Amino acid sequence: MAKTLFDKIWDKHVVQQIDGGPSVLYIDKHFIHEVTSPQAFQGLEKRGMKVFRPQQIVATADHNVPTLQQHLPIKDELSRVQVQQLITNCKNHNIELYGLGHPFQGIVHVIGPELGVTQPGMTIVCGDSHTSTHGAFGAIAFGIGTSEVEMVMATQCLMQSKPKLMRINVEGTLNKGVVSKDIILYIIAQISASGATGYFVEYAGSAIRSLSMEGRMTICNMSIEMGARGGMIAPDEVTFGYMKGRQFAPGNGQWDRKMEQWKELYSDADAKFDVEINIKAEDIEPMITYGTNPGMGVSVAGLIPGEKDIDDKEKPSFLKSLDYMGLQPGSRIKGKKVDYVFIGSCTNSRIEDLRLVAGFVKGKKKASDVEVWIVPGSKQVEKQAIAEGIDKIFEEAGFQLRQPGCSACLGMNEDKIPAGKYCVSTSNRNFEGRQGPNARTFLVSPLTAAVAAITGEVGDVREFI
Amino acid sequence: MSKSINIVSSRAVPLRETNVDTDQIIPARFLKATSRAGFGKNLFRDWRYANDDESQPRAEFVLNNPTYSGKVLVAGKNFGCGSSREHAAWAIKDHGFDVVVSSFFADIFRNNALNNFLVPVQVTDEFLDQLFAAVEKDPATEVVVNVEAQTISVPAAGLQSSFDINNYKKTCLLNGYDDIDYLLSIKPAIEAFEQQHK
Repeated sequence: MAKTLFDKIWDKHVVQQIDGGPSVLYIDKHFIHEVTSPQAFQGLEKRGMKVFRPQQIVATADHNVPTLQQHLPIKDELSRVQVQQLITNCKNHNIELYGLGHPFQGIVHVIGPELGVTQPGMTIVCGDSHTSTHGAFGAIAFGIGTSEVEMVMATQCLMQSKPKLMRINVEGTLNKGVVSKDIILYIIAQISASGATGYFVEYAGSAIRSLSMEGRMTICNMSIEMGARGGMIAPDEVTFGYMKGRQFAPGNGQWDRKMEQWKELYSDADAKFDVEINIKAEDIEPMITYGTNPGMGVSVAGLIPGEKDIDDKEKPSFLKSLDYMGLQPGSRIKGKKVDYVFIGSCTNSRIEDLRLVAGFVKGKKKASDVEVWIVPGSKQVEKQAIAEGIDKIFEEAGFQLRQPGCSACLGMNEDKIPAGKYCVSTSNRNFEGRQGPNARTFLVSPLTAAVAAITGEVGDVREFI
Repeated sequence: MSKSINIVSSRAVPLRETNVDTDQIIPARFLKATSRAGFGKNLFRDWRYANDDESQPRAEFVLNNPTYSGKVLVAGKNFGCGSSREHAAWAIKDHGFDVVVSSFFADIFRNNALNNFLVPVQVTDEFLDQLFAAVEKDPATEVVVNVEAQTISVPAAGLQSSFDINNYKKTCLLNGYDDIDYLLSIKPAIEAFEQQHK
């Protein structure tokens, strides 16, 4: 019978099917970090248990680590305790930890792929909703809660009901100035912040195929922002080329055998999806969000919807959202003065993102009243940026190149946007208070963020290239 | 946390907001605790207080309105979207809610809620509208949720609806089991699976 990419991986991982209930799904790789793991370790210890398969867990500290002076003890006491707890837990349970100071430390969804830990055909989980990122390699990867973190630690399995399947085909050639972040912001704006709830999404089509691995990760990363359990893309030569030679990728002895398995990972031509959505690449423009959920997005050159465009039921939330953002219905965002630019997060902090920004800002200076934070996704990205001289380009532009972590994406560390200020951000969420109490977030691509950094206002990258 | 749950009969608190994300339910800066306790005081923190020291409660926010109380939280569509933080479910439960009613739940939140014996009751948009109207008309009205029968009703207003719940999860809720208990009971099957999965 014809199978989807999802079916092929799922079927290989079902340990047991419970009658009228969920499946017991085997998990190949489990990523953990300091915020959603302490209570799981505690639960395990309460049961008097050790971690079942510690070698299948990779740990890092990312959510609340500082991005300056990481060699010093963390100033915030609660953050320090939480990070210390992770160190102790990993030691007690024999888990590999890439903590502060380790050359592999970084945002969990950046280090997994770049180290070759993330591989096609795997089931991957983490106590973080953006685990969907790893689906870019043709894996079933999704975020879980702390009770589920405990389950995987205890048994390497999860109880999961099979989700419905959606395929989103993006066909055609991308317009000038449009990058992968614009594709996903466009898709979410089309189907809304809850449009894919209950579904697992496969992205397909020529425009998706044309993307680099970094670009594909950006797309899969934000699947959760439309409610999807996860996103995935069938592996191909781009995937294999990216993986080859990475630290924990299969070595020469294993590579060919793995490749044979990986080449089977695609949706059969006549496989059925519960829903299919077709998008024309030519319709996508550089995007920006105006509201307080990632589905509230428009073309950078476009207008915020007017009151009359909004369904009566949605109107109170829509108006509340615009009030929070200090914006008017029907107005234009382009030209709006910005206070902060944040380039980082598990969505857009990879070396390709930094190269894209550096290419645009080379020889230019930032606007005088804008604060620009560049936070690489990992120590490896930081090292690569320095090796390529990207750090010098940022320094000359007046940007601050900080140290790796989640940073101002969710403001669990010191990197918060002050109340009322506008931040043009490459991160994934524009929720109220996400970047700090009463901070105002515009989600954009790294290119559009670069424009804001240089001009000090929201601008259309197409006018500059 | 009380394990096992079947019938909840209580007044309800109406939260007329759609797309309530977990960053609102519990802001990131309160996720630094290393135990599961005490998150209730920071539930909807930035909607409840105008500043960080709790000296300025926002009178317009429903949790600050003494008219409403109870174990049932009624909220708009797409409740619990965003981050996977289970702290959101812990905060709602810790505040004293046993049930959340909405016309749509985000997947991870639904799982987190069930794992913490907080019952996510998904109803139609129409029923949700009627429920909001009934509770707002008479804040003392009783809402009855019966997990075993999979029904939610407002007897005083003559409202009743059924809701879906996975059979396995229902058994867990009724008997106070959790998934780990079950998974541990099939450990030999997991080990056998690993042998052929390599």
